[in-house]
Amino acid sequence: MKEESRLKNVLQGGHFAVTAECGPPKGADPKAIQKKGKMLKAFVDSVNVTDNQTGVVRLSSLAACALLLKDGLDPVLQMVTRDRNRIALQSDILGASALGIRNILCLSGDHQSFGNQPQAKGVFDIDSMQLIQLVRQMRDKGVILGGERLTEPPHLFVGAVENPFADPFSYRVLRLEKKVAAGAEFIQTQCVYNIVRFKEWIEQAGDCGIPEKVYILGGVTPLKSTRMAEYMSKQVAGMDVPDEIIKRMKSVPADKQREEGIRIAVETIQALKGMKGIHGVHIMAIEWEDVVPQLVEEAGLAPRPTV
Amino acid sequence: MITAERKPLSEFKEMIAPYRKVLVVGCGSCVAECAAGGEKEVGLLASALRMDARTEGRDLEIKEMTLDRQCVYEFIDQLTEFIDQYDVVLSLGCGAGVQAVAEVFPRAIIVPALNTTFVGETKEAGLWVENCRGCGDCKLGFFAAVCPITGCAKGLFNGPCGGSQDGKCEVDSDTPCAWQLIITRLEESGRMNLLDKVYPPADWSKQQGRGPRKIVREDQKI
Repeated sequence: MKEESRLKNVLQGGHFAVTAECGPPKGADPKAIQKKGKMLKAFVDSVNVTDNQTGVVRLSSLAACALLLKDGLDPVLQMVTRDRNRIALQSDILGASALGIRNILCLSGDHQSFGNQPQAKGVFDIDSMQLIQLVRQMRDKGVILGGERLTEPPHLFVGAVENPFADPFSYRVLRLEKKVAAGAEFIQTQCVYNIVRFKEWIEQAGDCGIPEKVYILGGVTPLKSTRMAEYMSKQVAGMDVPDEIIKRMKSVPADKQREEGIRIAVETIQALKGMKGIHGVHIMAIEWEDVVPQLVEEAGLAPRPTV
Repeated sequence: MITAERKPLSEFKEMIAPYRKVLVVGCGSCVAECAAGGEKEVGLLASALRMDARTEGRDLEIKEMTLDRQCVYEFIDQLTEFIDQYDVVLSLGCGAGVQAVAEVFPRAIIVPALNTTFVGETKEAGLWVENCRGCGDCKLGFFAAVCPITGCAKGLFNGPCGGSQDGKCEVDSDTPCAWQLIITRLEESGRMNLLDKVYPPADWSKQQGRGPRKIVREDQKI
């Protein structure tokens, strides 16, 4: 019998889901990813593995997911369209399913110019919307692009991302709606610091009946320092860090800023939990995965349900 | 038009260094419009080469010529009577021009002086912007005459990525977000319904072909 996605079961069971991001190492050592997985296992429903995030070469998402799966976690395979054409994407979708990976997150990916291979050719053969549609077509109709039939369809729970803080704001809900129409079954959002704007977005989505059609997980990234808050605010495209958050980080001495960042993150998780239309949180503790257990416990989300 | 920029002198100087007689050939079409390879630029480059040779005490003979089009045989033919008198041709044509000349005169040594860059428009004096990738399957009718393949750094067909902010592209804050432009124009003309459907994956075979693409028109054949 094929294993089901734990993330899907948690969400379908009506639980408030908790997922965490797990960045693969810049090297071939499997221990780095196994260590992160071990630490996260009891505190999250699924672990989301980035695919050469920001265009920086790391151990592949597919291999890291396979390692995590072996250790009993439910991995979410991130797949970007930046590095692979439709032949490679479809092949990896089949491979992921064959390995037992049950979740996929479809993204276009950060532009290659941001990473450590700025001279690379950006593939972008298809975009994230088309990738969502493609995985659904392969899974539900058992056919690849062009119509050729698969001997066995992939078994995957299909996710997508949305950034409520990017522009044009008026189009963000329409874009979410389009991703749902394309076949997204769960959505992860960009990191939430501006609760007001996020609320406005989810209310607009609610007016369109979107939260009834798709599970939405709000993104949370704990801040380590004032410097990180300022960097996220000014240097990271599509990130909205309000002045109050930066002021709050500044108001405490440097050696207490991590604690303040954790406090803000816990408050954000609790605010998200109370928001209509939000079905879970996705914690992206960038190179700070060991803070996740604390966040989950302090937010009152531990232990995780058995499904 | 096809745009190009002149290579730094040092780059092609080495390639023409073994030769004494240089035929500098410009093109009066696209590369003249973008001030890279027209008659004026041929003159400037020839002067620079002469001066450089004089400074280094080298003997150099240069002939300047600018063809109306360096990519069409009728014009390339104007080189026939001179080409054997020169050791090397320094071409200020685009990549198409350089190759067309080489094909007509396969024994001649041709060195490119330009880097051919893109198909674009003259935005203002001194500013040229790429706006077509020659994909062979124009979709501008769906996207308010803004090309998402060229204008969007990720070539997205189904809306802006998460990095669009204040109407600018995340990759370069001087570049407008193509999707912001598309959405604004469609909103203003009441045509947002054009974005309702998921636009299917592109047929890149129309751009990449099987090697070089060809256009065959029987009605144009003599």
